[in-house]
Formats: sequence, C-alpha cells, structure tokens
Amino acid sequence: MFDTLIHYLQYPFVRYALIVGVLIALCSSLLGVTLVLKRFSFIGDGLSHVAFGAMAIAAVLNLTNQMLIVMPITVISAVLLLRTGQNAKIKGDAAIAMISVGALAFGYLLMNVFSTSSNLSGDVCSTLFGSTSMLTLSLTDVWVCTIISVIVVAVFLLFYNKIFAVTFDEGFALAVGTKAKRYNLLLAVIIAVVIVLAMKLVGSLMISALVIFPAVSAMRLFKSFRSVTVCSVVVSVICAVIGMLISILAGTPVGSTIVAVNVAAFFLCSMIGRLCRR
Amino acid sequence: MGKSETNGGTPAKGTAKEQPVMLSVSGLTLGYENRTIIEGLNFTVHEGDYLCVVGENGSGKSTLMKTLLGLQKPMGGSITFGEGLRKNEIGYLPQQTVVQRDFPASVREIVLSGCQSQGGWRPFYSKEQKQLAEKNMERMGIRDYAKRCYRELSGGQQQRVLLARALCATQKILLLDEPVAGLDPKVTAEMYELISRLNGEGITIIMISHDIAAAVCYADHILHIGKRIFFGTKEDYRNSDFGRLFLLQEGGENDV
Repeated sequence: MFDTLIHYLQYPFVRYALIVGVLIALCSSLLGVTLVLKRFSFIGDGLSHVAFGAMAIAAVLNLTNQMLIVMPITVISAVLLLRTGQNAKIKGDAAIAMISVGALAFGYLLMNVFSTSSNLSGDVCSTLFGSTSMLTLSLTDVWVCTIISVIVVAVFLLFYNKIFAVTFDEGFALAVGTKAKRYNLLLAVIIAVVIVLAMKLVGSLMISALVIFPAVSAMRLFKSFRSVTVCSVVVSVICAVIGMLISILAGTPVGSTIVAVNVAAFFLCSMIGRLCRR
Repeated sequence: MGKSETNGGTPAKGTAKEQPVMLSVSGLTLGYENRTIIEGLNFTVHEGDYLCVVGENGSGKSTLMKTLLGLQKPMGGSITFGEGLRKNEIGYLPQQTVVQRDFPASVREIVLSGCQSQGGWRPFYSKEQKQLAEKNMERMGIRDYAKRCYRELSGGQQQRVLLARALCATQKILLLDEPVAGLDPKVTAEMYELISRLNGEGITIIMISHDIAAAVCYADHILHIGKRIFFGTKEDYRNSDFGRLFLLQEGGENDV
C-alpha cells in the first residue's frame, strides 16, 4: 500500500491535488467556527449553489479561466445575502433558499441548453460533486490557490480579535465603536472566496461540509474560541489528507471521501467529548 | 410600603449640581420607522449619578438605550455627551443573546474583547489591555474562572463576565440593560450590590430595569417612560402621585 502511495506521489498532479486540498481545508475551517456560531452556515450553502450557477455561465461562455466570472458573482451574492439576512422583510433563510435553488436551476438549465460538451451529465456531476477537476490542476492553479489561501489566513489572523468580538456580541462590539458591519462584509467576501476555491475540491453541493463539520467537531472537544479554531483547522486538514489518500488508493471520488471522513471525525469527536464530560 | 422607607436610608449622592454633566438629552423622539414611541424626552445625567430607567414592556427602554449608544438614530432631538466622554468610552451590558448561550469562549477571551474600543486598527491586544482585563476580572471576582468556558457558568457569573468586559471599555459610564433578568433573588441582590459598589467607585450608571422596587432602592434618579414621562430624583418619584401609584402596584406584586 505504501509503495502504491509513493508511486502515485511521484506524479505532479497528485502532489498538486494534495497541496491544494490541504490549503482549501485550512481556509474553509478557519471561518467555519465563526459561521456556525453566527448562524451563518446556511449562507455558505446558498453561496455554493450560486457558485454552481456562475460556473455554468462560465462553461457556456467557454471561458478558459472560469474563476474570473465565478469569483465576482459569488462575492456579490455573498454581500447581497448578508444584506437580506439583516432585512426583516424577507426572512433571511427564505431568501437564501430562493437564491440557492434558483441559481442551481438556472445553472443546470444553461448547461443543458447551451452546452457544447459531449458529456453533459459528467460535467454537471463533476461541478456538483467535485471529482476529476481536482486531478487536472495546473501549476498556475496551485499558485493562485496558495496566494488566496495566504491572504485568507492573513486577514483572519489580523482581524481575529475583531472577528471574535463581532461573533460573540455584535451589539456590544457596535457600542464600543467596532465597525461590525464592515467585518460582516469582510467575512462574507472571504466566505465567497473560500467557497469558490473549495468547489474544486468537493464540488458545490458539499462545500458546506468542509465549513461546518470541522467547526462542529472542534466545538465538541474544546471550550475557548482560540482552541476551537485551532482544533477545527487541524481536524479539517487531517480529514482532507486522509480523505485524499483514501481516494487515491481506493479510487473513490475525492470530494465525497473527504466529506465522509469529516462525518466520521465528527462522530469520533462527539464521542470523545461526551466521555470527557463524564 | 415600609420597605422602601427603610431601604432608602442612604441619602442620594448630592443633588449633583456641583458635578459636571455627563450626558444630556433634550427633546428626544424615539421610534421605529414611522411609529413614534417616545416624544420630547428630556433628562440630564451628571457624573456619578445612578439613573434607573423604568417603564412597561414596549415603552421604549431598550430603544432609548440603543440610541444612547449610537446604535440607532433618534427621530428627533439631541443627545450631548459631556466634556471628556468620547463615544467609545461607554461601557455596555447588553441582554444575553441566543448565540451566546452555547458559545465556546473562555472568560478571559470575552473580557479582553471589551478592550476593543481603544484598539483602533491594532490587530492584537497590548500588554496594558491584558492587564486591564485581569484587573477587571479581579474586580468582578471572576479571576478564578478566567480559563473556564462561558457557557458552563451560572447566570450570575455570566453577568459578571459581561460586566467585566464592559468595564474594560470604560472608566466612566456603564449602560446596563436589564442586568438581573433571569437571575434568582439571591444573585439578583448580589448583582445590585456589585453595581452599587461600582457606582460608589465613581462610575456613572444608567440601568434599565423592570424591577421598580429595586430601582427606587438603589438608584438616585429615576426616569420613568411610558404614556407619561417622569424624570427626577427617587425622592421626588416616590412622592409623586404617579410614582406612588406604580410603587404600590409593583410593591403589591413583589413584597410577598
């Protein structure tokens, strides 16, 4: 088994996939804690569907660099979703359901009507569930992903204390002069960026898993915000690596294997957490 | 009503004429969208005052507090802060939110987050800010819990944590929104003592409360909002027909 692994690791595309996978796992889990605690996790779900719709547009337009169109659309939707979330007239969750299902439907419709591809259902399937695109990364993709990840981590670290304050108690943060709205916006933009990145790894349907599972697992085990954040990053990276290795060795689809490992990790953490409490 | 007589033994701290004005509100109109809740509200808070804002549910107490904090724009009138009080020097004790109930955060992390106001763009807390947080935890008697998880604390302990956080944001004035909501009688009394102690240390207190009996006992000024507005010292309030009526009603419920 080890030999097979080493054999596979000699291929650059396998190494690229591993590097990008780890980076994506890291970024998505960093924000997971805040999103879950702020009750924003559903926004991640909605955005991933928007990203799917944007991806469909990019595919129809036959763009070589799909990021150019997917990224702006997702970021704008993130900002809009956050706005409606605070608007009492349309209930936040209803608005998100509307946007996400709408984007999903239009995305599929576009792909179906205009697609030039011979393997339509394959294309749709890989956009929804990840799979092959992970193994076709170019060196440029790896660099883009690395740079974005570094930015996400840097922003998170720089604003860590502010993000904590705004997450824990927005009212208080506002009262002492923290620009909570600005940080919410910042969060929304980062989420959108991370989601577009993560689409490559797990596909748009399962991105929320990367964001939510590590955070919730970490919350079973730890009690301070910092330790929960650190733990969720560690859990997420470990799960991503294990998932990718399994999928390389056993030939299972990358995205769903990673998510399955995350689910397993969640149950493990819940059990440990429960045992420790006794 | 003998209770309020005996408890009112401590004389109200000065008529505050000699103290500088901390906050003055004139002709304030509050409301949501197009619905007016309060109109023409006037009152002044001097340094070292202990003002209690009372009134029925929906009378606009929380709206008033939000407006004072600058979280909401008044529909009319003005709020002027006294000299030397910057807007980010107000300590605020909000009501607990649902999010906080299962929030994984240590007591120290939460108290430290009160230091935000002085931080500006600096990303991390300075040594002085950390010391300030330690000092305020000590002051609230929660230093032993510094590493404990917030959600595992009792209601009273949680309030102390939030109070310590508010103290990190201010040396001068505290706005408390129903600080004893949901606490049992013993802890409630402790909380009131704690607040009085802070007031004794020179911190101006503005507190929203349902508990009129306690308000009359601990505060020195009362602002009653609702269909009729009263503002004055608690003695005046007690002697006014209006206040007497309310105290009688409340007393009847609470003095069992």
